[in-house]
Amino acid sequence: MPNKILEYRKIIELVDENAKILDLGCGDGSLMFELKTKRNARVQGIERDEKLIYVCVEKDLTVFHSSIENAITAYPGNCFDYVILYNTFQQIESIDTIIKECFRIGKHAIVSFPNFAYISARKDLLFGKSPVTKNLPYQWYDSPNLRFLSIKDFENFCCKNNYKILNSFFFREKKEIAFFPNLLAQTATFVISK
Amino acid sequence: MENPNSIGTVETQYVTFDNLTLCSGKELRKVIVAYETYGKLNASKSNAILIDHAFTGDAHAAGFHKGAEKPGWWDSMIGPGKAFDTNKYFVICSNVLGGCAGTTGPSSINPQNNKRYALDFPFITISDMVVLQKKLTDFLGIEKLLSVAGGSMGGMQVLQWAVSFPEKIRSAIPISTTMKHSPQQIAFNEVARQAIMADADWNDGDYYGKRQPVKGLSVARMMGHITYMSDKSMEDKFSRDLKNRNYSFSFNPDFEVEGYLNYQGSVFVKRFDANSYLYITKAMDYFDVSGNNFLKKDTDNINFLIISFASDWLYLPYQSEEIIRTLALSNCKATYIEIKSSYGHDAFLIEIEDETKLIRHFLSKLYKEVGSA
Repeated sequence: MPNKILEYRKIIELVDENAKILDLGCGDGSLMFELKTKRNARVQGIERDEKLIYVCVEKDLTVFHSSIENAITAYPGNCFDYVILYNTFQQIESIDTIIKECFRIGKHAIVSFPNFAYISARKDLLFGKSPVTKNLPYQWYDSPNLRFLSIKDFENFCCKNNYKILNSFFFREKKEIAFFPNLLAQTATFVISK
Repeated sequence: MENPNSIGTVETQYVTFDNLTLCSGKELRKVIVAYETYGKLNASKSNAILIDHAFTGDAHAAGFHKGAEKPGWWDSMIGPGKAFDTNKYFVICSNVLGGCAGTTGPSSINPQNNKRYALDFPFITISDMVVLQKKLTDFLGIEKLLSVAGGSMGGMQVLQWAVSFPEKIRSAIPISTTMKHSPQQIAFNEVARQAIMADADWNDGDYYGKRQPVKGLSVARMMGHITYMSDKSMEDKFSRDLKNRNYSFSFNPDFEVEGYLNYQGSVFVKRFDANSYLYITKAMDYFDVSGNNFLKKDTDNINFLIISFASDWLYLPYQSEEIIRTLALSNCKATYIEIKSSYGHDAFLIEIEDETKLIRHFLSKLYKEVGSA
């Protein structure tokens, strides 16, 4: 995501020194690596793409090659300070189950996702096309995204399930923004707890 | 042998230990261990890696024996610049207890009566094998191993090290293995044992100086080979290719796959002892470090790299995944990867490039932490 550097910086600021962290869909491990080096965090990743496992091992990261749904059940209760869903939330099939699992094994969940109600996505829809933006770069036929949610949707989801929103950050063009995030933010990062 | 990537000429060495107490309560006297070492032990003795061989392997893991054309069984992984880089690490491999390639086994001479053990050889376990390896590493003056690595039954020994001597290893690399033999795996072994014991030449294990139960042992090996391959790798290798142009309408081997298996069987009986086959398969069947058997306090400090292969139907990926699932319950640092491969169980001897990428990085990070003094 274009706002990645900024989002990483935010997430790193958020977590405590020596925190225990599970990164669901950790990709090439770049976020885990930063958390490890800058926060001395004890990080563990879950990633389904074999090629990315090699990259993580190169970075001396520990990673469980598996789908999130399968791997998350392996961990005992309350063993993480944070469970991270960075840019993977929108690709999860059973959101309800996974979030419940996150709170079974961890205190906080950090969720980052592209905002489907961002103005240029709205424009695309207005002109009758499925949105293709910097943060939703896929065509309708090749998108790994299963969920197309807006910031408002996520807030409603938390409200309905009684999840507390402890913090939220919104980003546009590599800058943090505060006004009208559901219209003007490309991506959002939430810290939630039960 | 001028090859810069090869260790060059190596020699098997031997050491004798006075006694070894086994899980069964029995005791073995004058136990010989055949082993090889590659590379140099550093001053702080922190660069030693133990390689555990699979079922029918031996101590000759890398390099060439004098005059030999073929290198050791994992030469592609062990040597200068390879996954187990002998420029950096001191690599040890020993033949397992119960084997027939130098270490004491049922074909060895029983010092109590100067006859070959045969069925007087006591029953052994994977744990007994590891206790003997520990004696070897003590003898070599190694306080703590940088790593223990191995595939298949070698992987079982790796896991057993983590259970028996967690404080003696910094990392573990179990490959294509399991925490316990499943009923299917026990079943394959039992059929193999029955094939050997059904051969009249087996003679209740008393065949030394006479004829090995060649037929039974080769059938056992043939079946083994089927389980080491996959449907896809057999299709790729043999398809339905015929040895001759037409069907023979006889029970002679018509198909390439039959010829291959017969050949593998006939080669195997020249190098492997039938009683060793019986004892070692039994040791594998008894193996179970699953669940609570596994996690000990000191396991926490071990770094694990767990590797499985997608098409392995003998030691299935879910069995390797069970290792990381068990470790997830502790504070262990563990990485698990299922490598895409069509080679079945044999993949751990074939998919060198992928394994090298993983193991090289995994070890070098550890080695840096330990300090390469």
